[in-house]
Parts: sequence; C-alpha cells; structure tokens
Amino acid sequence: MDKLMLDSIDETTHLDQLEAEAIYIIREVAAESENPVMLYSIGKDSSVMLHLALKAFYPEKPPFAFMHIDTTWKFKEMIEFRDRKAKEFGINMIVHSNQEGIEQGINPFDHGSAYTDIMKTQALKQGLDKYGFTAAFGGGRRDEEKSRAKERIFSFRNKNHAWDPKNQRPEMWKLYNTRINKGESIRVFPISNWTEKDIWQYIRRENIDIVPLYFAKERPVVNRDGQIIMADDERMKLEPGEKIEMMRMRFRTLGCYPLTGGAESNADTLDAIIEETLGAVSSERTTRVIDQEEAGSMERRKREGYF
Amino acid sequence: MKSLLKFITCGSVDDGKSTLIGHMLYEAKLLFADQERALELDSRLGSRGGKIDYSLLLDGLIAEREQGITIDVAFRYFTTDHRSFIVADTPGHEEYTRNMAVGASFADLAVILVDATKGIITQTKRHTRICALMGIKHLVLAVNKMDLVGFDTKKFDEIKKEFSRLTTEFRFESIQVIPVSATEGDNITKKSPNTPWYEGLALLPYLEGVDVHSNDDVKPFMMPIQRVCRPDHTFRGFQGQIEAGSIAVGDELTTLPSREKAKVKRIFVTDQDRNSAHAGQPVTIQLDREVDVSRGCVFTKDNQLQEADSFSATILWMDDSVLTPGKDVLVKVGTKVLPGTVTKINHKIDINTGNTITADHVVKNEVAKCEFSLSDGIVFDTFEKNKSIGGFILIDRVTNMTSACGVIIEALQSTDNADRIDMEITRDVRAQQKGQQPLTLWLTGSVADNSAVAKEIEKRLVARGYHTMLIDNSLGESVRQIAGYATLLNNAGLIALVLPGTTNGNDQAIAQEIIGQAFLPIDIAVNSKSIEEAANAAVKMVVKALIQV
Repeated sequence: MDKLMLDSIDETTHLDQLEAEAIYIIREVAAESENPVMLYSIGKDSSVMLHLALKAFYPEKPPFAFMHIDTTWKFKEMIEFRDRKAKEFGINMIVHSNQEGIEQGINPFDHGSAYTDIMKTQALKQGLDKYGFTAAFGGGRRDEEKSRAKERIFSFRNKNHAWDPKNQRPEMWKLYNTRINKGESIRVFPISNWTEKDIWQYIRRENIDIVPLYFAKERPVVNRDGQIIMADDERMKLEPGEKIEMMRMRFRTLGCYPLTGGAESNADTLDAIIEETLGAVSSERTTRVIDQEEAGSMERRKREGYF
Repeated sequence: MKSLLKFITCGSVDDGKSTLIGHMLYEAKLLFADQERALELDSRLGSRGGKIDYSLLLDGLIAEREQGITIDVAFRYFTTDHRSFIVADTPGHEEYTRNMAVGASFADLAVILVDATKGIITQTKRHTRICALMGIKHLVLAVNKMDLVGFDTKKFDEIKKEFSRLTTEFRFESIQVIPVSATEGDNITKKSPNTPWYEGLALLPYLEGVDVHSNDDVKPFMMPIQRVCRPDHTFRGFQGQIEAGSIAVGDELTTLPSREKAKVKRIFVTDQDRNSAHAGQPVTIQLDREVDVSRGCVFTKDNQLQEADSFSATILWMDDSVLTPGKDVLVKVGTKVLPGTVTKINHKIDINTGNTITADHVVKNEVAKCEFSLSDGIVFDTFEKNKSIGGFILIDRVTNMTSACGVIIEALQSTDNADRIDMEITRDVRAQQKGQQPLTLWLTGSVADNSAVAKEIEKRLVARGYHTMLIDNSLGESVRQIAGYATLLNNAGLIALVLPGTTNGNDQAIAQEIIGQAFLPIDIAVNSKSIEEAANAAVKMVVKALIQV
C-alpha cells in the first residue's frame, strides 16, 4: 500500500489541484442547490467543464441539465459538435434562443452591442427564468479579464440576474454558501483559478475532444479592422472593399462567428497549440471584439447579467 | 511537474502592494504583450509622470480606478520555470478586513508589506493577526521603499526585530524578511546590489522555493461526505475529497456520527478505479456493507475526531448587522449545514493589539470569542489540527449572507439543549430569536369595525414575517391589566396589537408608562375610508417605528 500511495503522491501536480478544486465545487452545488444547470458554450472551457462534470459524479451521470444559449450565429461546426457530444455522453442538452430577437432579425452586423445584449444576455436570463434554475455553472476564468479577476467562485445574482461587485458574499476556505431566496440565483465558476495554459494542458492530459476550429486549417476569412473574421455561411455581409480570402488559421476562443477573430497559425496539433499559447504575444480576449469597446465594458455587462 | 503556490499580499495603498506584484509580473516577463502595451499606455495618464505605474495591472474594478484603492480581492495567475502561482491582492484598510480574510483563507503564504520609512504600524499587526486566524502558516515581510531610507541596514534590522516580537504569539512555520523597493525593483526578481548586507533570496526566487507542504498526507484518514452517488440500485458510493491521510481497498473505516465500521470495497479517484487514494483527491468510495451515511457525515480511520452540539470559537463578524447573543444562524462546517444559535459573546479581541475587550455585541470587521449551540451534533476537529472541519461560516437565516467565519476552539460540555445555554434569557434574547423588535400597537380611534382593522393589520405584519399577538379587550378589563398583558407579550419578544376598548382621557398615558419604549399609539380613525386603507397606514407606521428602533 505504501508504495502505491507514494507513487500517486508524486504525481500530484498543479493540474490535479485545480481539478480537485473544480470537482469539489461542482459536487457542492449538485448536493446543495435545488435546480442547477451547467451552461455549455461549446468552447474549449465548456469542453473542460463537461469533462469535469462527468468525472465528478462517475459512475453516475451528471445530476443536472446542460444549457446552450444559441444566438443562431455560432459557427456551424460548433453546433454539430454540441449535438454529437450530447448524444455521446447521454446528457440532457437544453438549447435556448431569444425568439423575439430572431423574429426582429437582430444580427451582429447591423445591431452591434445591442445584439450581444439581446441574443446573449437577455436570452440567458430568459433561459434561466424559463426553467427556474437556482444555480448555473459557467466556465469563466479569472485570468480572462480584470473584473472577472475579482468575482467570487459563487457569484450571487439578484432577481434581475444582476451582479453587485461591491456586495459580494465573503468566500472562506472551501465553505461555499449556496443559499438564495426565491427568484435569486447563483452563477458558479468552478474553473475560476485556471489559466488558458492550464486549460490546454488539461485538454492534452485528459485527451478531451474540442471543436476542430481550434486547430489550424485553410479557412475563408475577411480582414476587418485588424480582426480575422471567418465567413462561416452566406449571411456574412461584406463591407465595401472587403473580400474573402483563404488563410491557414485557427481560433483561440469561439463565439458568434462574425464577432470572433481568429489568427493566422500553423498549429494543427494540441502540442503545437500549447507551444503557441505558451509563447503567446497577446492574451486570449483580444480576439473577442466586445471587450475592446471601452475600459470596464465587461464589468458593466456583468452588472447587467452577462455571464 | 510544478506545484502550485497560493499566496496573498497584505498592506495598504501607500505601501505599494499592487506595485510590488505588478513589478514582479513585468520584470519576470510574465505579461502578455497586449497587457504590457496597455500598461504603458495607461501609465502615460498616471501619477508617475509617464514612468510605468505597475499597480494599474491589478486594480481592475471601475470604482477602484476612480478611488485609486483596492476594494476587493483580485486574483492573478502566473507561472515561472519553477512554480505556478495564484496571488490574491487584497485591500489594506480596516473597513475591508473581511475582504482580506477572504484572500487569507485561500492562501498558503502571506506577503505582508511595510513601508520602511514608517516601520511596523497598527495595520501590520492587524494583517498578521488575520493571517494567523485564517490559518496561514508561512509569512514573508517585504520591507518596501528601502530606496527612501537609503537602504539602511539598521532601519531594516529594527523592523525585522520588531516583527519577530510581534509574531512570537502565533504558530507560524516560516518567516522571511526581505528588503525591497517595489517601484525601483530591488530584490523583486533578483538580488539588489543596493543591499549587500541582505543574505537571503530576492522575493520571487524565495516564493519559487518556499516549502508550504502541509503534513495532511501523513495524518489519519478523514473525509467529509459531499454526496451519495446512486446511479442505479446496484451501486451506492460516497463522494467527497479526502482531507487527511490515505485509504486503500480493504481498509476498515469508521462512519461518523453513526459510528459504524465498514471495509472499503472499491475506490474511484474521479473516474479511475484505484487501489488507494490520498489527501487532496476527489474520490467515490464503495463500502462492503450498508451504512447510515449521508451528506455531512464523515469517514475516518482511527482518527480522534470530536462530536458535539455546542462549541466555543473565534469568529470574524463580516455582516452589516450587529451580532448580539441569541442570534439564530446557519452554521456550515465541512459539508454539514445546521441551524444554530450564538449563545454567548465571551469577549471581543482587538484585531490590532490582540487585547480582549468585554462586549455584549459585535459589529462588522470585529473579532470575538463566542459560544454556539447547534440543533444537532456535528463532527469536527480543532482548526489547528484540521482546517477543513475546524473552520466554519455563519449564514444569516433571513438575508442568506455569509455573515461570519470562524475557527472552532473546543467543544463545550453539554448534556442536552435545555441545560447548556449559558446566558440569561432576556426580552432582548427572545426578540432577537424572532428577528424583530417588540412593540405594542395601541389602537385607538373609532371606526365602523375596529376589530376588523386590527385583524387586517395583524395579517399584514405576519405576512411581512413579524411575530404578533392581538388583544381585543372585549371583556372591559382595566387599562392597567391590558397594558400588563401587552408588556408580557413584549417580554416574549412579540409585537402586541391592543384594542383597549372603552377608554377615558388618562388611559393612554397610563398604558404608555407601563409599556415604556415599546409603546406605539395609532389612531385608526385618521385613515378610515376603508379597512385596507386604515391597515396600510398603520403598517407603515409600524415599519417606520421598527426602523427607528
């Protein structure tokens, strides 16, 4: 026994510590919260979250549903990936879209930041209200953005899903407080303490399947204000002077295709991606268009109920 | 593979705490190029005349940028060739003590900053005490602004000596004192030529090497149960994180509080079937027989854990409300949540000096020794021995806020609930238990149906969560008798509604004298268009009176 024990102690790494912390959190919520849900955005962080949920409850299936907020502007490959994974793992995948927004023809080309609000923030609130979820797991990480760096792992939201950064519940040791009043909810971020690098290393170690868009390939793209945008379907509206070119490129984050900039890259294996990430010259979120609007924009969005 | 070091930085704005971390990240080339660019841009507008203001890296919230202070805990992540780090940057002001405690509860090590020009000050003592309270075992004292005292070794030695006097009362396992300049970069990532007399490592190399490994692995096995895993009727496993020691298939363990013995049949470390598992791992344990175990129970192996339904503890009160004895709370220890009562405040502890102060109430950011009684027994250990089941939080039963955190000192002798409450049961205690202020609503005036209005008022108060009792003086008892009944109800912590019946001019004054401060006369005839309107007006007055009390 002693030898076995020593072997496994030697193996304990910072990834094991991060994994243990996340699993502990996911189990606490499943045990204490009345009606939790795991938000699933199809990105690499969501793939890690789903993987952690499967591990946390094994041999039981995760005792909660998953929910994808579909803006209807996601990459086609993301939707295929989502449906394939839900089937493969036999999990309950709820897909919710803001029907009013669809009917009004809200789109990222014409409606700018109103689009994000209507098709993401409002849709998310609708989805959470519709099913009466008391806790929602998200894959947010504190290294992504300054306001996230200050958010608790258990982030309390009032009846309007708003976050109050000045009135956060103190979070002590591993003693998480999941109690809420009717109508209120909690957003839970089990991988708060992971960095982008940790995510990639964990994906490699655990052999986690991710959307192929993360790997470099020849893709049709448009260069718009310094961002490389992929023309994923015929709805892509070209500005005067723009033309679609083929480029060997990949994505570091995934979202709505017109709002997600990619980067020229040859990294077509996990090892190549990790090498690229370790030597990264820009932090992950510079390829997300909404963050660059103004300083503090993410904090403002979060106060309004954005994840 | 590398290990992870979680540390906290403590100090005030003027000590240059954010600057210290910012500088460390910058110099160690741990920033992404776009962050570096943003920093250089931001600094142009800043107070350092175009020189880089490293603190801009950390102060993220809008309010903080406006006020130029760190309000909440900010977490930052970086990796060097030797170690991964998570640093919690916390505010230094006394009114943000609770935020600092949040950071400290998360960390293995604390970097405490002092300004070399000022030396050890009150807040250094406060920060040290909070770190000790929250269970931090390793300290670094960064004596900053050494450039401003001309890198004077005498000045440094004085501070070092005073700090060691300060820390003797606590059980820290390691303490390192390092002379630095956060703005100029001395002894941050490499040893400074300005301090040839300093023999230790620079800050970052020290943090890369310091051993904070606890001896959790070699302690007896202990695991609080998070949940029971039951995928189908053939499998029943217990899920949790092993908090101490190790366990192997075939080992016998004891379940607490049911005190049954069972052998381990199977162990899953996450989704992997294993022969053994150790502290820090998330596991699912299957036993060879049925046991009475659910969430909140604890598995042990020859471990001397304690079990009690009352204990004494040191707490840090973090709520805006005032803590008085009799306060009903939820207590979360490990994975167990139980209703409980603060039965006694022994004394407060001056967070700056450690002196005890007699007290009958505790306000936000104060530390106190208190006694608790719980609705049922809990399994626990002293915080010193087992952080995971020796620390607890208190949750307000009405607002659901995490109102306090604490560490268990010892179990209190007790036989049953009734015998152990070591305090006088007063009117205040009974009222506190009901979460309200006693009042007597003296309902005068004449409307079509006084009784209907009184009943309506009572209904509305109950709907708002108040505890009430209505006295309708239909038998025509004397005002003194009625006022006496009302006082009795107030002493029980209740809000009394009184319809005094036929009265003469002097009655109200007599009633007021008997009932005292709780007396609230309401003329229901003033707003008497309808029963609802009269009741609404009365309830408004009550709510107003309760706020003023």
